Amino acid sequence: MITFESVSKSYPGGTRAVTDLDLEIPTGSFTVLVGPSGCGKTTSMRMINRMVAPSSGCVRIDGQDVADIRAVTLRLGIGYVLQNAGLFPHRTVLDNVATVQRLLGLSKAQARSKAYEAMERVGLDASMATRYPAQLSGGQQQRVGVARALAADPPILLMDEPFSAVDPIVRLELQQEVQHLQSVIKKTIVMVTHDIDEALTLGDRIAVLAPGGVLHQYASPLEILTRPATEFVTSMVSKDRGFRQLSFATLEDVRATALPAPGADGLIELGALAPGWKLRLDPAELRAVWLDPSGVEFAAGPAVRRGDTVRSALDAVLASPVSAALLLNGDSVPSACVTIDDLAPYLRHGVRDPA
Amino acid sequence: MINEMLAYFADAANWSGSAGIPARLGEHLWYSLLAVLAAAVIAFPVGVFIGHTGTGRVLLVSASNVLRALPSLGIMTLLVLLMGIGLLPPLAALVLIAIPPILAGVYAGVANVEPSVVDAARAIGMKDSRIILQVELPLALPLILGGLRGAILQVVATATIAAYVNLGGLGRYIFDGLALYDYGEVLVGAVLVTALALVLDGLLALLVKALSPARRAIAR
Amino acid sequence: MRWLLDNPGQAWALTLEHLFLSIVPTVVGVALALVLGLVFGNRPRARAVITAVASAIFTIPSLALFVVIPSIIGTQILDPLNVVIALSLYATSLLVRTVFDALDAVAPEVLNAAEALGYSRARRRVFVDLPLAVAPLAAGTRVAAVTNVSLVSVGAVIGVGGLGQLFVAGYQRNYPDQILAGIIVILVLALVLDRLIAGAARVLTPWLHHGAAPGQAPGRRRPAIGRAKVATIPVQDTANREEPK
Repeated sequence: MITFESVSKSYPGGTRAVTDLDLEIPTGSFTVLVGPSGCGKTTSMRMINRMVAPSSGCVRIDGQDVADIRAVTLRLGIGYVLQNAGLFPHRTVLDNVATVQRLLGLSKAQARSKAYEAMERVGLDASMATRYPAQLSGGQQQRVGVARALAADPPILLMDEPFSAVDPIVRLELQQEVQHLQSVIKKTIVMVTHDIDEALTLGDRIAVLAPGGVLHQYASPLEILTRPATEFVTSMVSKDRGFRQLSFATLEDVRATALPAPGADGLIELGALAPGWKLRLDPAELRAVWLDPSGVEFAAGPAVRRGDTVRSALDAVLASPVSAALLLNGDSVPSACVTIDDLAPYLRHGVRDPA
Repeated sequence: MINEMLAYFADAANWSGSAGIPARLGEHLWYSLLAVLAAAVIAFPVGVFIGHTGTGRVLLVSASNVLRALPSLGIMTLLVLLMGIGLLPPLAALVLIAIPPILAGVYAGVANVEPSVVDAARAIGMKDSRIILQVELPLALPLILGGLRGAILQVVATATIAAYVNLGGLGRYIFDGLALYDYGEVLVGAVLVTALALVLDGLLALLVKALSPARRAIAR
Repeated sequence: MRWLLDNPGQAWALTLEHLFLSIVPTVVGVALALVLGLVFGNRPRARAVITAVASAIFTIPSLALFVVIPSIIGTQILDPLNVVIALSLYATSLLVRTVFDALDAVAPEVLNAAEALGYSRARRRVFVDLPLAVAPLAAGTRVAAVTNVSLVSVGAVIGVGGLGQLFVAGYQRNYPDQILAGIIVILVLALVLDRLIAGAARVLTPWLHHGAAPGQAPGRRRPAIGRAKVATIPVQDTANREEPK
């Protein structure tokens, strides 16, 4: 448990970076501090490993004031991932990852074998070990940064805008991997981002901070979306807010439209669903094709499953030429499809906040 | 020694005539000015050419550091033996010594201009001469001036040696003093040439600052 | 060149003396500059003072410094120590700024990472800052060494100048061949020292010689190469200011 107790930070000249912050970050949670620049999110996070000292108040880890722990000792027990990876340019990937273990006093050989394990955990090939950071792409560097932070297996991981410097495709990939990683390693992760989307995707607790370091809301992503506590939070989440809420419901209970049986030619007449259109399934090759009345083929877009979110289903439906997405059952064979009408109840009422 | 030096400075006779301090200072500055001007006339176009086109870059870069090893005393004595006594041989040596810093400054200034800026200039239809005059040279100004400053200081320092090959300048005091074991006079020369170098350095630093575009932008 | 062939023994002795007089001050300069740089690197006031003094020392013409030192420290005017001290002062003045600049040039995110990972300040200085400063320091050392090789010869007019004595002797005997021999050997020495230091730096900084990221477009790499080349020509005002006189 990381606790902020009425923490403030002001600089000479009167600039306030953090104002009277109270925050409890449960052990094992993925907490995201989000807000525009100048909201003190990074400053707050850096108080946890004493990179910044609060002007008043204190930060405790499991009840102990961090100010009472020697800074170097404290930091050796807390992983840290930086925005631009911050790798040491003069060390190989392997030695970068082994850094903390070396600082902890392990022999070079021991530290390196641990480093190999950490590299594997974040999906870095062992052949990368002897490369230097300058030889890596931005995404690979960031992975090395994560591996370095995790190598010594610290219980707490701090991430400072870890994905903002990589391109969107790599960012998505890294986000998914971190999510997956967290489901396995269960660290206490504190991440800072200015990207509310990223916060809503990754965090299970989100702290929304406004300029001056004022905490406006600290809640689950769904609650932030459905019950923004202040005008400021509303403005942060306003873009695509309704659409984003659809991410919090799955298709478990959707009323799907069954597909008619195939005709003699193996084609399925869609009938009322899309008059004149046909569907050809090719289970052997996992392929499906929509045919318009004149026989022109349209490859079917992504299919959906019961566990998928309403948001992704709606996207698939909107992208389909017949306004329907195929619904796969367990063995990857479409038995039904989801239409715009099937999704209508979700769109009409929104998603009810379970809280 | 220091008392002798002070006595030398205090003697009014040492401040007038063709061997007086003002005359020696004038000679020193005159040699330096001629040498730097001649070196600039030679080095400037070459530096712009190499910086703009990249031709000869490798040669320049690999030669640049070794060129600073050219021993000025050797060059000067050699040229005097080969060309005879007079102003020209030592001056030629000073020119030779002033060329590398000016060349390096001009080249680096032009070559360091952000390639995207040159690209943009070309894209909006500037021809090479215009790119050089209106884009590259203004942006290269700080480095060019830096190179010029280095050359001036080097020449002022090296001009002291011209006295060894029977020219005037502040070096006269040092060599005359050494010949007569009059270390007070040696110190006079050393102090004067040091003061000249420090004053010039300060003035040039101010000039470089005043003329640098970024500086002007901030002042505005 | 005939002089060289006729007098190999004397040439060799003078070369050794010349090497000694140029290498010792270079080594002293590197050591002093490193100590000053690492100790005062992030103390702005001390740094400003050191930089100002270094820049002033560097502006003093070498012949002037050679002849002033005896009156300051009480050595004989013909003592080789004068030359060694003067050249050490130049080398230190040149390199201390290089060390400051090199330490400043370490990327902030690298320093940030070092701090966050749990480096103590002293440890970071030695294991992060120092290795990263090797390349710029080596570039500065090349300039200092080559400059020293040139400046030593000026000492010949006060009787201590290694190969510079060939200039004095050749001039007095009206024998250009001897002077030319001295110039050539000095240039060769400078070239050899320059290459040796560059080679040593290359060995010490393997991370700088592994090519760029595989995914990087060639179009984006070119300007970087151009700039790296430029960086080897010291264009900073101090770098151009050694005065072989």
